[in-house]
Amino acid sequence: MDWFYIQGILMLAGINLIAVLGLSLLTGFTGLFSFGHAGFMAIGAYIGALMTVSPTTTPAGLGLPFFVGVIAGGLGAGIVSYFIGRITLNLKGDYFCIATLGFGEAIRLILNNVQIFGGSRGWPGVPYKSTLPAIILVDVVAVLFLANLVRSRHGRNMVAVREEELAAQITGINVFKYKMIALVISAVYAGVAGVFFAHYMTFLQPKMFSLTKSTELTIIVIFGGLGSISGSVLGALILTALPEVLRAFEIWRLVFYGAAVILIMISRPKGLMGGMELSPGGIRKARAERKARLEAQREMKQAQEGEIRNA
Amino acid sequence: MKRAIVSLILVLALALVGCAGGAKNDTIKVGWFGALTGDQAVWGENEFNTVKMLFEEYNTAGGIEVGGKKYKLEVIGYDNKGDAQEAVNVVKRLTGQDKVVAILGPNASGNAIPIAPVLEQAKVPGIATVATNPKVTVLDGKVKPYNFRVCFIDPYQGAVAAGYAFDKLGAKKAAILYDVSDDYSQGLREFFKTNFIAKGGEIVADESFNGGDVDFRPQLSKIKAANPDIIFMPYFFKEVALSANQARELGLTQVMMGGDGWPSDQLISMGGAAVEGSYFVNHLDYADPAVQDYKARYKAKFGKETELNGYLVHDAVLVLVAALQKAGKANGEAIAKALEGIEVQGITGTIKISPETHNPEGKDAAIIKIVGGQYVFQEKYAAQ
Repeated sequence: MDWFYIQGILMLAGINLIAVLGLSLLTGFTGLFSFGHAGFMAIGAYIGALMTVSPTTTPAGLGLPFFVGVIAGGLGAGIVSYFIGRITLNLKGDYFCIATLGFGEAIRLILNNVQIFGGSRGWPGVPYKSTLPAIILVDVVAVLFLANLVRSRHGRNMVAVREEELAAQITGINVFKYKMIALVISAVYAGVAGVFFAHYMTFLQPKMFSLTKSTELTIIVIFGGLGSISGSVLGALILTALPEVLRAFEIWRLVFYGAAVILIMISRPKGLMGGMELSPGGIRKARAERKARLEAQREMKQAQEGEIRNA
Repeated sequence: MKRAIVSLILVLALALVGCAGGAKNDTIKVGWFGALTGDQAVWGENEFNTVKMLFEEYNTAGGIEVGGKKYKLEVIGYDNKGDAQEAVNVVKRLTGQDKVVAILGPNASGNAIPIAPVLEQAKVPGIATVATNPKVTVLDGKVKPYNFRVCFIDPYQGAVAAGYAFDKLGAKKAAILYDVSDDYSQGLREFFKTNFIAKGGEIVADESFNGGDVDFRPQLSKIKAANPDIIFMPYFFKEVALSANQARELGLTQVMMGGDGWPSDQLISMGGAAVEGSYFVNHLDYADPAVQDYKARYKAKFGKETELNGYLVHDAVLVLVAALQKAGKANGEAIAKALEGIEVQGITGTIKISPETHNPEGKDAAIIKIVGGQYVFQEKYAAQ
């Protein structure tokens, strides 16, 4: 395999990972399903491009450095998500999911119809700034922040909201507030991912942020395992690389892609790493759980045998 | 856990499948990519088949002579679903792993623009087939060193359509219906509009729909109320047929006009009487003696008619072969240099690649009218 090619896939996987980590907090830890995160990516991408594209290009940008674009894109998506959250977070379960779906599609349609960013003809001339080291750096920061967050009091509150909203409310957790925090953080992550995506592709078109992209992100989170950061990392790497790996199957590629995902979901119903972590603590915990489970089985067996003897 | 590990190993094993096969030094590898799946697959398959057929013909004739040595040609083609992100992946694979010396395609501008930095890094030229957005080869007034194309561009096509409608068909009031979610449609509409107004015409209705829509009656009713002389419909044949049928149902009798998204066998079978008497701008005349040979060869080999893309990829192959011979070596940088200013007699006309814009210079558009379910050539028309 050639490094130039692999590097490209790794960069895409890294960019997807940023968005997936955010979605992992929202879906995996707080229990809210979103099918509109491509919309937040689009907001980040277009704001980021607005910052960095040179003023001489049409449509013109501001010609600012890349890091300004990253910050602005992340913040922009975060602010939008706050207002979206204000209106939609009181919706329960499936209704929230459908609201996000509508939001994602609305963003795409607005970008198609508004001509200042090039409409559906797209926006060329975004500078090529996404390098592999920069993406990895952001990925590491994103993972560390998320890992610390979910282990903090706030993270546990989010998990409580996911497990049983009513009980969480009764114990004094402000459910709305924690849903909002999770949504805003996930949108910031998606926005940053969008900025990196724009500066990797050097070209933006609203159709890049279709419903398919949103579903792809959600699939990665579920495939990796809900409530697992390492699962999201593995999921992003595997599912971004898989369509390229399957090129040997030519036009049957996407059929095999679907089949592979289904097979893995059947063999691992909770996703690759559902609820487990690939960290020293996580491995210890998983081992302890396994041991406890085996112990329980043994005891059960002994008890059954005992019953048989007694009878 | 064990099963997860097994799945992972399987995935990795698959990764190695793609690595087999070594390079022979008497073969020149050329890349192709486009949509072989998805709604653009008709054109992708047609292009890929044409490239395979032409390369086979060159090879049976003993190969081509480059720098005093005979070489065989090999095409490596990949599907990108018409997706921009996959286009970037595929070009990285073609240039990095397969080590091709040049790339033919893609047909979509939205795929041709994002691959530019990859081609530049890899120093491999790409020849787009029907990517008509001006920004495919030129950005901010600077030509992209490794992007070329063999077709005319949207501003030209828009000017031709507007000029022909105004000067030849005598239309003074035009209505436009376009697909707002499609880059090609938006581009053509923009250039038709500016040129038609510049000529002294008036745009009386400018209506849009979203890709995938099947009901155009609300927009068509507005167009009917505006009473135009001509309706400009710059989008693809499927929607053209649907909207044309509905327009006739609503009693719109005006002449309809379109661009190079129209020509297809499907248009006649779906559009039928509704598209009768309409005009469209095309890259070539189907009855031109120069294209008959290719048309017949394609039909004989694949058992179906070639689409528009086939003609253009045919000429892209001719241009590439001429550039290889001019360069004298199979090297991406040398080929890119040789492509600048090259002149080749193709089946869609003489192709002379301008060094300043990397577009073919002075390629006339063909005006086609649909008469009796046939595409009837009217004239070669150059925009003033």
